[in-house]
Amino acid sequence: MLTLNILGSELNMKTCEIKGLNKSFGRNHVLRGIDLELHAGEVVVLMGANGAGKSTLVKVLCGFHTADAGSMMLGDEEYEPLDAAAAIARGVVTVHQSIDDGVIPDLDVATNLMLNRLTEPGAGLMVRDRALRAEAQKIADTMGLTMDVRARVADLSVADRQMIAIARAMAYQPKVLILDEPTSSLSASEAERLFNVLDRLRAQGVAILYISHRMSDIRRIADRIVCMRDGEISGVFDQSPLDLDSAVTAMLGHSMTDVEIAVQSGGAPILEIDQIILQDGSAPVSLTAADGEIVAVTGLLGSGKSRLADIIFGLHAPQSGSLSIDGHPYAPEAPADAVAAGVFMSSKDRSTNAVIPDFDIANNMTLPFLRSFSHLSVLDQRAQRTAANDMIRQIGVVCQSNRDGIGTLSGGNQQKVMISRWLLEDCRVLLLDEPFQGVDIGARRDIGDHIRGSAKGRATLVFAAELDEALEIADRIVVLNEGTLAGIHENSNVDLEALIAQVSGADRAQ
Amino acid sequence: MNSNNLLNFAIRFGFLILLFGLVLYFSISANGFASPRSAAFILQSVSITGILALGVTCTLVVDGFDLSIGSVATTALMLSAYAMVILELSAFSAVLLCLLMGAVVGLINGLLIVKCKVPDLLATLGMMFLLIGLQRIPTQGNSIATGMRLPDGSTAEGTFSAAFLWLGRHRFDMFVEKLVPMPVVIFLITALVIWIFLELTRHGRLMYAIGSNERAAALVGANVNRYKIAAYMISGVTASIGGILLAARLGRGDIASGNNLLLDSVAAALIGFAVLGAARANAFGTAIGALFVGILLQGLTMMNAPYYTQDFVKGAVLVLALVFTFYLSAKRGAGGKS
Repeated sequence: MLTLNILGSELNMKTCEIKGLNKSFGRNHVLRGIDLELHAGEVVVLMGANGAGKSTLVKVLCGFHTADAGSMMLGDEEYEPLDAAAAIARGVVTVHQSIDDGVIPDLDVATNLMLNRLTEPGAGLMVRDRALRAEAQKIADTMGLTMDVRARVADLSVADRQMIAIARAMAYQPKVLILDEPTSSLSASEAERLFNVLDRLRAQGVAILYISHRMSDIRRIADRIVCMRDGEISGVFDQSPLDLDSAVTAMLGHSMTDVEIAVQSGGAPILEIDQIILQDGSAPVSLTAADGEIVAVTGLLGSGKSRLADIIFGLHAPQSGSLSIDGHPYAPEAPADAVAAGVFMSSKDRSTNAVIPDFDIANNMTLPFLRSFSHLSVLDQRAQRTAANDMIRQIGVVCQSNRDGIGTLSGGNQQKVMISRWLLEDCRVLLLDEPFQGVDIGARRDIGDHIRGSAKGRATLVFAAELDEALEIADRIVVLNEGTLAGIHENSNVDLEALIAQVSGADRAQ
Repeated sequence: MNSNNLLNFAIRFGFLILLFGLVLYFSISANGFASPRSAAFILQSVSITGILALGVTCTLVVDGFDLSIGSVATTALMLSAYAMVILELSAFSAVLLCLLMGAVVGLINGLLIVKCKVPDLLATLGMMFLLIGLQRIPTQGNSIATGMRLPDGSTAEGTFSAAFLWLGRHRFDMFVEKLVPMPVVIFLITALVIWIFLELTRHGRLMYAIGSNERAAALVGANVNRYKIAAYMISGVTASIGGILLAARLGRGDIASGNNLLLDSVAAALIGFAVLGAARANAFGTAIGALFVGILLQGLTMMNAPYYTQDFVKGAVLVLALVFTFYLSAKRGAGGKS
């Protein structure tokens, strides 16, 4: 039964207080002294780029990780959850980004909503479906859910599933509710339903920590914005109206890097993108990349960067518009077509999209071009190893030998292998989607130097959400916002404020 | 560091040393074990299972599984008998028909898995049922033998041709007259071909890549669906080869034979994970796995272990091999393919 009788006096009270939180994984210092307060009846939006430490912070809060140092208080009591169940028992409930972690797709809505009831100590042996459904219906009504509680969750829309995950969280009567990018798979109208529920929870005095990149979400729901960068709080904004511009600056950081770029204007145009539509209802995007030139495409999550990369590599057919390479029309239907046409792509998320965990360095590296390393399909292993050694030396992979398992390398070195995979043969267009993801600064410079050094003879497109990364590798920076071309900058004396405004969409909102 | 080396050594060579130790033990304690005849007998006993196991190895390499191999083999057994005894076809056409049947079944398996997105275990389980039923329909559930009475009262005119029986019964001279049976030669050739394909060719390497990270393989331009279908077709064809050899050895289309083929061959392929510390499906390991079981059973039989303990022994070996593979290799951490 869901009873939410939070007293009015609890409003604006400190529900949760975090002080000096530290967390390291090995040598990687992920959280460096986080201080954060969550108040009852307030929505705090946590912003931060990939790798800023947001998810680690959430995992410490929900009992998945233990902090190395620092203290957490819940109300007036110490809070040190040892596991997820302990966190939930203390009233800290998390709805994770991946919706299907929060629901059981093969069961009906009623069972999903009442699942915690089934695991309670003292729960009866037999499931009384009728009573279960009646109680579930009450929860559904409180949350404004209109679907039939007998429907199978797998048959529902993503938005409905997300709402059920949140409703389940509510069944625990949380004091602190943590939502990790809850709108990442919702449409605008679906998101609005979610916000209505959150409004109601806020009025009931729940402290809400809301993690999102989406400017429209933040504008709609935030009472306070907390920005994280490199494991530290880099800005807190609670003046009304919220200063979104400064928040984005605090999140992305604008410290100029000391990489000197000798801007190349590029030779003959190679890749021409003509009137491609990236998202429903966004304006068409046209862009040209020239020989020897490195173009960085930047933008927030959901800005259409990855979609653009996928279209060029043949993973998605564009809704409309066309591509051409060296003046010839180019319409790849699969990655194989793209590779055959000399368009190579190093994908983002290397562990899911690139690394072959069972293979050693040499075999991982030579994978796309096994044809060149074989005669009548029989592999020439010596040629594979020679080529691998060559690349290892050029790009500086730290390893014992090319026979090392790929899993024994650090993230940065794995990424070097994944990128050098596509440098083994000459190409016309090289696409690098988030090439610096989970890569430390040293490896990042190595990769950047190599990409810039070898840029002649091809057009290079680098897709990166972090402005720093774009600034230290590109000749030109293209900004996408919600599927639309928001700006193009020559990478010398870039007007950072204008750039950041374009990234956040603040220039269009005003 | 030293204990680490020891662990690595145990993982790499443990199973082979165990095999060697077994051979040594049986040679000393079982009279007549260490003889060419006994060796040929062991090889013959594992040849058909081994051939099937090599096929299932290919599906395991692409992270799939083929439960239908046993029934493909028995279907080939019945089909070849039906083709020769009732349809009175030549040995050559019968063999061709069976191989074609295996390839088509593999193709259907592959299409079910790749196009219809049916999980591999379920698709091949369904195919297994379907084939077990199908092979009984033409003969109304009866076995097929030369001179059998047909439903219409007449007698079947066809016979198993000598050429066909030669496939199952011929023995080559080697050291001793008439020693090495034909199925053993075919087993060794199949093992060599599959080994070369998986270890040395670029197609084999891509199949391993697909099994390890399908998405990454697709993103370097490999046609993942085509490779998966190919794996199931290889598996279907090798299973039908096994069925042909079984028919040629038995000389009749026996409805009840081949019951154990599926479990035995899957066990051999899984035991193969442990050989040389590969921790994944591989042709050499599979062949050794099949041989290991054969040697153990032959040795125990010669030492008067009763026949009904055989399945227990196979199960024990399998569990041991799986512990080798998954427990010890996990301790060693991430290894690379050399």
